[in-house]
Amino acid sequence: MTDIFNVLSPGAYTTVQDLGRFGWQRFGVPPSGMLDDFAGRIANMLVGNPDTAALLELTFSGPALKILAPATIALTGADMPFSINGAPAAGWCAVPVQPGDTVTVGMAKSGCRGYLAVSQGIDVPLVMGSRSCYVGAAIGGFKGRPLQAGDCLRRGSGEAGHPARRVPAALVPAYPSEITLRAIPGPQDDFFDHGLDVFFNAWFTVSPQADRMGCRLQGPVISQVEGMPQSIISEPSLPGGVQIPQDGQPIILLSEQTVGGYTKIATVISSDIWRVAQALPGDRIRFERIGIAAAHTLYHRQASLLERIRREMKLPEAGQRSGRDAPHPAAVDWDSPEVVDKLIHCLYQT
Amino acid sequence: MGAVVVNRQGFDRPKFRLAGDRGLLVEFGDAIAPEINQTVRAMTFALETAAVPGVREVIPTYRSVVVVYDPLTTNPSLLEPRILSLYGGTARIETPPPKESVIPVCYGGEYGPDIAFVAEHNHIGIDDVIRLHSEPCYPIYMLGFSPGFPFLGGLSEKLHTPRLTSPRTRVPAGSVGIANNQTGIYPIASPGGWQLIGRSPVRLFDPERPNPFLLSAGDTLRFEPITPDEYRRLAVGGQDD
Repeated sequence: MTDIFNVLSPGAYTTVQDLGRFGWQRFGVPPSGMLDDFAGRIANMLVGNPDTAALLELTFSGPALKILAPATIALTGADMPFSINGAPAAGWCAVPVQPGDTVTVGMAKSGCRGYLAVSQGIDVPLVMGSRSCYVGAAIGGFKGRPLQAGDCLRRGSGEAGHPARRVPAALVPAYPSEITLRAIPGPQDDFFDHGLDVFFNAWFTVSPQADRMGCRLQGPVISQVEGMPQSIISEPSLPGGVQIPQDGQPIILLSEQTVGGYTKIATVISSDIWRVAQALPGDRIRFERIGIAAAHTLYHRQASLLERIRREMKLPEAGQRSGRDAPHPAAVDWDSPEVVDKLIHCLYQT
Repeated sequence: MGAVVVNRQGFDRPKFRLAGDRGLLVEFGDAIAPEINQTVRAMTFALETAAVPGVREVIPTYRSVVVVYDPLTTNPSLLEPRILSLYGGTARIETPPPKESVIPVCYGGEYGPDIAFVAEHNHIGIDDVIRLHSEPCYPIYMLGFSPGFPFLGGLSEKLHTPRLTSPRTRVPAGSVGIANNQTGIYPIASPGGWQLIGRSPVRLFDPERPNPFLLSAGDTLRFEPITPDEYRRLAVGGQDD
């Protein structure tokens, strides 16, 4: 284990996350983990890490870090200004760094959460099978809390994988300020009648009360069927559940929520949770009704899109190929408009 | 709907609800009742024993289970018939006997600053609060809210007390409280609005232990009054808040 960086300034809210802590929700421990796992997985792929490696999740604004050992880093997710020793660096791209370098990540221009991966992953103790920070219970991550100036983090001791080159610009997700989320009605959709029409037709605005527990929206009041109880017997909530409290303003529950007693009108599909993770206060959200079969088709497609990107990432960098620009026979040709169109189709039209 | 009534307060047959594309909620009734929770317990046990392909986690609640599944492996049309067939056997299923945990509690004083309010609100003495609270064997219906926090049934009606009008910003770990008809223990220090009547030196949650949780849904719990001296002795090397 090697010290990898010192935190000069932590950014607004920076935590160590991996894919999450699963299997403990029956004991009241929510999954936690990277909220935008699409961007997070790609950051790990870029630096040659397995999906399970821990990285930094940045919120609104990023940290300034003093690098202590040679490494490869990659920043994905929200569009945040990114520089090394003051010189701009590219996001969605593997970037080598050397001891003494200062890495600075600024305020998000679009999107809300950035993912900064470092080769071999960030090494913090595994807590109940995961390195994810759950601030609510002060477990996981770096000392169970967001990073602070002066913290010194280590990286894993595993063998460094092959860093990839970059994600083509056309494949980098856009984080627009108007977002459509696909959602499956339920589990308590029968508590609503007209309320469902309002929910699936109106625009809502993301309020400033948006964190890893949930994202509170403002919009037209969603009312329940007259005479139905305002609350249910408390039950576990899963990420994506849209809770309607008594004021009729929806809350999209995320990965640090365990139980609740409000009715849930619908559940945002897994393939769209990353869009919630990237929504900023003031952004507008609408919900589109989708059935379970269609949602599962999208789930499969997103998994195969990631697999496809991963296969491409495993190939050596362009500069290291035998004979510059001689494409690997099995390579996806990132620069072919046809291929890129196909992948974009997978990413956006899914 | 079939005419077979499985139990008086439960549904005739389980009700399935979609909790997104990774969760299936299976409800067995619409009340907090030991009979319904026994079905929850039996179903949780049956699902875990059956090791149904694609099931990632089974979360028991007061009156339902949430089945978390992998959509790459399974889906509700495969899961529902499987769950129904397991449900058919739950009346006969032998669940392991509930484990009873005894939780030592130092009532009143600095550990239970609201015990006098609870006594006054219910027109009883502080001794009565301690006796009524430590008498029953409480069923643990569900864990949640914070890691290892038990949702208990069976609080004496003579102890029902509303929440504080203004929640405390920090309730120490181990605090035992009352909120309306519920009683519980705070496993970790957190903000909270429950009336605090005592504190336990026992750690309900310790992520460093091989089994981080002392309590499980479906088990039972009893409170045992201890003196401040016993609290301090038990707390050495144990609870820190």
